[in-house]
Amino acid sequence: MADLSVDFAGIKSPNPFWLASAPPTNSGYQVMKAYDAGWGGAVWKTLGMPTINVSSRYGSVNYRDTRMAGFNNIELISDRPLEDNLREMSEVTKRFPNHATIASLMVDTREQWIDIIKRVEDAGAKGIELNFGCPHGMCERGMGSAVGQDPVALKTIVEWVMDVANIPVITKLSPNISHITDPGLAAIEANTDAISLINTVKSIVGIDLDTYAPYPVVDGKGSNGGYCGPAVKPIALHMLKDLKQHPKIKHIPISGIGGIENWRDVVEYILLGATNVQVCTAVMHYGFGIVREMEAGLVKFMDDKGYKTIYDFAGKALPNVLEWKDLNLKYKVKAKINEDKCIGCDLCYIACDDGAHQAIEIPNEGSRIPRVIDENCVGCNLCALVCPVENCITMERVDDGTQFKTWDQLTNENEIPNTWNDSRAGGKGHYVPDPLLALKEIRKDKSGERAKKAE
Amino acid sequence: MAEYKKPENEAEFIENFKQKNPLMNSTQAHYESSRCLYCYDAPCMNACPTSIDIPLFIKQIHTGNVEGAAKTIYDSNWLGNACGTVCPTGVLCEGACVYNEQDVPPLKIGRLQNFATRNVIDSKKNIYEPGKENGKKVAIVGSGPAGIACACELRLLGYKVDIFEAKEKPSGLTVYGIAPYKITNEEVLDEISYLQNQLGFSINYNSEIKSKTQFQELENNYDAIFLGLGLGPTAYRNIPGEDKEGVFGGVEFVEDLRMNHNKTLVGDKVVVLGGGNTAMDVASESARMGASQVSLVYRGTKDKMGAYGFEYELALSAGVKGIFDASPIEILGDEKVKGVKFKRKNGEEFIIDSDMVIKATGQAKQKRFYDMIDRLELDSASKIKVDLDTNQTTNQKYFAGGDAINGGAEVVNAAYDGKLAAKGIHKWLNKNLK
Repeated sequence: MADLSVDFAGIKSPNPFWLASAPPTNSGYQVMKAYDAGWGGAVWKTLGMPTINVSSRYGSVNYRDTRMAGFNNIELISDRPLEDNLREMSEVTKRFPNHATIASLMVDTREQWIDIIKRVEDAGAKGIELNFGCPHGMCERGMGSAVGQDPVALKTIVEWVMDVANIPVITKLSPNISHITDPGLAAIEANTDAISLINTVKSIVGIDLDTYAPYPVVDGKGSNGGYCGPAVKPIALHMLKDLKQHPKIKHIPISGIGGIENWRDVVEYILLGATNVQVCTAVMHYGFGIVREMEAGLVKFMDDKGYKTIYDFAGKALPNVLEWKDLNLKYKVKAKINEDKCIGCDLCYIACDDGAHQAIEIPNEGSRIPRVIDENCVGCNLCALVCPVENCITMERVDDGTQFKTWDQLTNENEIPNTWNDSRAGGKGHYVPDPLLALKEIRKDKSGERAKKAE
Repeated sequence: MAEYKKPENEAEFIENFKQKNPLMNSTQAHYESSRCLYCYDAPCMNACPTSIDIPLFIKQIHTGNVEGAAKTIYDSNWLGNACGTVCPTGVLCEGACVYNEQDVPPLKIGRLQNFATRNVIDSKKNIYEPGKENGKKVAIVGSGPAGIACACELRLLGYKVDIFEAKEKPSGLTVYGIAPYKITNEEVLDEISYLQNQLGFSINYNSEIKSKTQFQELENNYDAIFLGLGLGPTAYRNIPGEDKEGVFGGVEFVEDLRMNHNKTLVGDKVVVLGGGNTAMDVASESARMGASQVSLVYRGTKDKMGAYGFEYELALSAGVKGIFDASPIEILGDEKVKGVKFKRKNGEEFIIDSDMVIKATGQAKQKRFYDMIDRLELDSASKIKVDLDTNQTTNQKYFAGGDAINGGAEVVNAAYDGKLAAKGIHKWLNKNLK
């Protein structure tokens, strides 16, 4: 049976499932309840400069029948008294000595950093996470993402912290930046013990169509929030990959955060090099109980694949993420439609005809089963993605697998197309020869159908 | 049997005739509408006789534009609410839904349709206004679905419209002839008032057009006339004993039930003759009215029945017994019915005891009306001949639609016919102007 325990930059945890610093870790009661439910660690809701919170605080993006596919908040760091938080933290660390109870911190001056680090160490915190991410409210006061977006300031503060901290330090990065490696490198240069990412993405989740105020609405107005939930996972995975492939950063442990809700998400983060994960939105949606599904799924995956610990497969996907220029231009797939499975929705036809490469047609014999026009199919996957039937459209390899040529190789061989009509370029013959005639045929088909029905 | 106790009052009647398709609430509509795949050239739309843009209205419901959804529906079908409830959706739109191909339940299109139409009907918010008056007048004979649809469409085009209705309520068989567990009178009448209030056509009730003189008057006073007069009473079948007390016609029975509810007299042992949808309705209704034994007897085999499979199932679930391959040869009894004698193809004869016989064996064509109109040609089945593109009859001033031209079909077919005829009238009158 798989051993889920982790040693994250010296912080031991019974499993890689931590709660992110957020509303679910606002109090000792919640953190203890989470540990009872099976979570291995919790990053306490950020302690630091005194604040006052607004009402309301959260907004969401609902997609079709799914609520909170994306989620944003304008809640600030903990507004509770520091003494209350520290007393509860001390209680938690005493009751759960083997769990990873981490203090997230956000203060302003060097003196404040030194002071608060001492206090959380006294409360028994197993590590410190530096909140350089919040993109709302605190950044207006020069903290949070204001630091995360300024590598020089970030480096200075991490240095202050590393000077005094006796427990491991995790630097939490903001995604609201062009190159995540810039703040990543700054943290490394200041000798951080670990990195966590991502914090939330600056966002406006929607506008009320009657009052014209952004959600969440505070007395008829709103502010930008921080976006999270399933919608941000792809952004987070990409930033994780960027750090884990950087020669100067890749050795550092990274805690993955962003849209994690089930075991598959967890495995993906680990495959890209994270050695623990933090969860917030999914718990805010479903409660602490979701960890059961994550744990059961991760164990099954590891047992099926024969992995003893998560370190056995951490980063395994990294060698497969290349730059575009290193992809094989000779590899070819084409869509294949399984006629027995096809239900005739014809979404593949219209997606390809209107949105891609006009490589699918509907035969005229009255059948709704579409047909792939092989010579037009560029192997883009769109039809397979829109198809509502599992495994009905598959992308089949059509090259013989013997050839390999990348853009990079072509560049070195001086064989890349370099004029507007270079015969070595792609996309040859990909056009409808007589668009006006083709459109006329479509109109005729439509009116023909109507006449047929009227009979 | 006796799954249903005889309803003694309105409350018990309502319980026995519970709505088959109750209205969705907004949460149900939200989740149901989220399932629509938005198929290209959607099969549901193609299966709808009125070509409602179903994927569009479902998407509109989902995005909170319920009023827009209702407009999409009414743009194609003026009886949008009635059709959502009474259409045989299982063999039309819902039967065509591609989900059926993978054994996933199809979208509940009829109920989503009602969700949208009830919304505007209940809010009484107008979504149409009549066209600019064009000075022309059209008379419509019959306020059934064909007549109402024709009237609405003509009002949009600016015609003055007067409907002449023989009975005291509008909407024809929709209110007089459909099983009460499919739609209530109130629901039907609400929709007609909703349309009438915003489009402003007049309906003259208790105004049967029954003489050549009356038709000539209409011809003199109106620019065109639409015939939406449906079919006549249940046809005489020439069975010995057919005139005995206790023998009823199918449509007459349903009308009685729709108007009088629990006060309708129903026998204890009922024999229903016929194999069409009306026979199924009548049999179900007799059972729901507390008859202890309901025998549905059809002369052919089960698979030859004209009724939809789901209608037969519904009758069975109400406790009706189906008997096939048996033709009625005599209705027995002195003055009152005591039983029916049947004969099978192999010559075998048998008797079913009965105190009530309902003939759901087809309505008579209204041939007598056609004799009153000059140059009106009928086909061999006594249906009015029309041009398929315009529903114009062989007498150019007359247009027709609904059961009078198709011999008896669904509300949705009549709604389509009425709209088509209105467009035909408009085209013809404007061509004449030139």
